[in-house]
Amino acid sequence: MYKIGVIGDQDSILGFKAIGMSVFPAEGSEQAGAILEQLAREDYAVVYITEQIAKDLADVIDRYKDRLMPAIILIPSNQGSLGIGMRNVQKSVERAIGADILFRDA
Amino acid sequence: MDNILNVNPTRMEMTKLKKRLAVARRGHKLLKDKRDELMKIFLDVVRRNKELREQVEELLTKAHQSFLVARAVMSVPVVEEALMFPKQTVELSVETANLMSVTVPRFSYATAVAQTDDADSALGWDIFPYGFATTSGDLDASMQILASALPLMLELAESEKTAQLLAEEIEKTRRRVNALEHVLIPQLTETIHYITMKLEENERGNITRLMKVKDMMLEQTYRYRERM
Repeated sequence: MYKIGVIGDQDSILGFKAIGMSVFPAEGSEQAGAILEQLAREDYAVVYITEQIAKDLADVIDRYKDRLMPAIILIPSNQGSLGIGMRNVQKSVERAIGADILFRDA
Repeated sequence: MDNILNVNPTRMEMTKLKKRLAVARRGHKLLKDKRDELMKIFLDVVRRNKELREQVEELLTKAHQSFLVARAVMSVPVVEEALMFPKQTVELSVETANLMSVTVPRFSYATAVAQTDDADSALGWDIFPYGFATTSGDLDASMQILASALPLMLELAESEKTAQLLAEEIEKTRRRVNALEHVLIPQLTETIHYITMKLEENERGNITRLMKVKDMMLEQTYRYRERM
């Protein structure tokens, strides 16, 4: 059985604990990076990270991009969405197709 | 000329190169088909990915809003205490699917609730790990939104990962197609052309030589020049 992890600031992620995810509060990006690497070694299939934390952690996250697991998914923190998650979707479109055809009109 | 492989211009080499060219052409066609099909699948996946992301972000923003209100009304230790022992656990199982030889994850999950009581589950209150006496109603709202977001979040994880993996595979395939199309195939055709030309040139040289030799032999036997 695999687990679901959430990394972010305490306030943003506390709620996820109640729906059965494992919650890992992190202060800075260094701590978050260490936690993320730890989770990737363990049985975590999905790790949600708040955009606030993830924005300084792009290199670590990119390392897991081409692996089957864990799936690292950005979620908005309680300070609202920064649009990084959406931009990543856009980036993978550009990577695959060479041009941005999905967000052109947005 | 610089596009030519460094080989001896012999018939043997040419036959070999022609075989390689045939293989390269076939590989190119297959890879191109693969790329087109991957692209088709990718577009579907990524569209779904975008939709899901919009939905999840909206839901989570709402959940955060309610949570913030709850947090403002209740003191920090009370919130933490309320959420300390979750009632619901999520069992996630991962299977893999094969999309055009790209291995992608498929998540399925089951939620289990510890020590449920019938009145709670009838009202859909299974998820609340706390009593309602000391907590704010906004916390309940937040929990409810989060619980409803869970399936979407998992689907998002699945489709986003799939999109990333497909994007990588498409990029790789496209590189291969381009390498074959713009480097290997022209190189092979040009080398084959070069060898053909070289062989024809040799052939012509040979014919001229033979004609010359024939002339010389006739000259020797009949001594045309002396008779004139």
